Amino acid sequence: MVYGPSSMVLEVTDLSGIATLQDSGRRGWNKFGVPTSGPMDWFAYQAANSLLDNSPNSAVIELGLGEITFRALRNTTIAVTGAGYEVENYVWTFPLWTTFYVRAGWTVRVKKTSGGNWAYIAIAGGFDSPVIMNSRSTYLRGGIGSALKTGDVLNSFASPKDLIKLAARDFPVDKFMPYSQTPIIEVIPAPQADWFTPEGIRTFYESEYTLSPSFDRMGYRLQGSPIEKAISKELISEGMTMGSIQIPADEQPIVMMADAPTAGGYPKIANVTRADLPLLAQCEAGVSKIRFRETTVEEAQKRTMDSRR
Amino acid sequence: MLKPLGDSSILIQLGDEIDPRLNQRVHALDALLQTIPAITETVPAYCTVLVHYDPLTTTYTEIANLINEKLSLFDESTHRPSHRLEIPVLYGGASGPDLEAVATTLALSPSELIRLHSEREYTVYMMGFTPGFPYMGILDEKLNMPRLSSPRTRVPAGSVAIAGSQTGIYPVDSPGGWHILGHTPLKLFDPMSESPFLFAPGDIVKFIPDHGR
Repeated sequence: MVYGPSSMVLEVTDLSGIATLQDSGRRGWNKFGVPTSGPMDWFAYQAANSLLDNSPNSAVIELGLGEITFRALRNTTIAVTGAGYEVENYVWTFPLWTTFYVRAGWTVRVKKTSGGNWAYIAIAGGFDSPVIMNSRSTYLRGGIGSALKTGDVLNSFASPKDLIKLAARDFPVDKFMPYSQTPIIEVIPAPQADWFTPEGIRTFYESEYTLSPSFDRMGYRLQGSPIEKAISKELISEGMTMGSIQIPADEQPIVMMADAPTAGGYPKIANVTRADLPLLAQCEAGVSKIRFRETTVEEAQKRTMDSRR
Repeated sequence: MLKPLGDSSILIQLGDEIDPRLNQRVHALDALLQTIPAITETVPAYCTVLVHYDPLTTTYTEIANLINEKLSLFDESTHRPSHRLEIPVLYGGASGPDLEAVATTLALSPSELIRLHSEREYTVYMMGFTPGFPYMGILDEKLNMPRLSSPRTRVPAGSVAIAGSQTGIYPVDSPGGWHILGHTPLKLFDPMSESPFLFAPGDIVKFIPDHGR
């Protein structure tokens, strides 16, 4: 698809929480210690862009743990997806997973409710920002890009599509991600699964975990029954990925998320399947009751392929 | 030897220790793996390579078969062409605030400590912790020190430091628990550059003491 030139589109007039630009992620730099970054919830990210016929790698605003208000500087169409938010445009309230036309001068507020952590605000044409190491994804700890702040003006490319025709679209209900605050998350046993006692493994699969309030884009620390280890030696650091579940000395799981370090030195009991990462990402601290179910890599991949047919 | 890590990665384990020769095999294998187009990226570490792939275009079984083919071609004689870098270091003083204390603890003179740290060639075992941080070794046994009991909240970029049997350089200002012996003016990480990193995993590094004080 051919995009027109980029120009100013939104001004951030109020912001709390953490808002960053993310595209599908920064690939090829893991071996140098640069995390992939990209969205915490890839499903909501992809849906926001596809609702607007954007290219699948377009940059969006990821909003977490707060609210954003912005004013349109020219006519545009936006899509907001995710969980735990709603959208206000003066007197109207819009649900997520829809697109709407925004006229120059209008103010839009993405407001925190409950039932999730992250919202994705996509714009027709996609946001423009400096491409750093082949990506527009922000990685705050590494100083790659910066968090949005009040007063920032964002640019977007011109969509070749008619803005009015892109508006008032709904995401198809039958393709929806079953977000839940009592999710059962599928995991594949990880290379150190045999470092745990049978009792530890049973605890992990049979008890409930909650998300600790100190969570961020790097990792989700879970709280629940401690997971007993059979081997107490230190792991020699090795590569890990989004969804890797590490068990450090306090025996409480930490799930690595989008900004996870590329390698780590705690034993990994299991790894969340790609399909279920969005469910975990949208679990609310102190509210969600999270359970894990074991699957195999072959089953997980078969299900991924079937869901795309 | 191959194990899944989730449904988008495979861990290849070549051994179970921190050893320069084992690590050189890791980098030789990593170089071979770059010829498999279905592999999206790799993370070579001390004794493992983590391989990432796209589960929407291939499967665990297909990637595992391709890796096993490479492993069957792989023997002691497979080497990665190594890149050697010389790194100028200003040891001690404000550049190396822990030099004197480390020398005292190890019962060495500061100049003996500098000589032992700078006379060896080190392998970049792996990179991580922060973008561009090289974990290197192996240090002379006489230089083994546990980490600082309480890490510094800010270590300046360019700090050359040791801990355990390893040495490293902080590429960006960050917290850190290693003993800082000196400082290099070289820039290890520049995200805006065409080639953002000075080092790659597997490189050979030699420190050159800067006597121009």
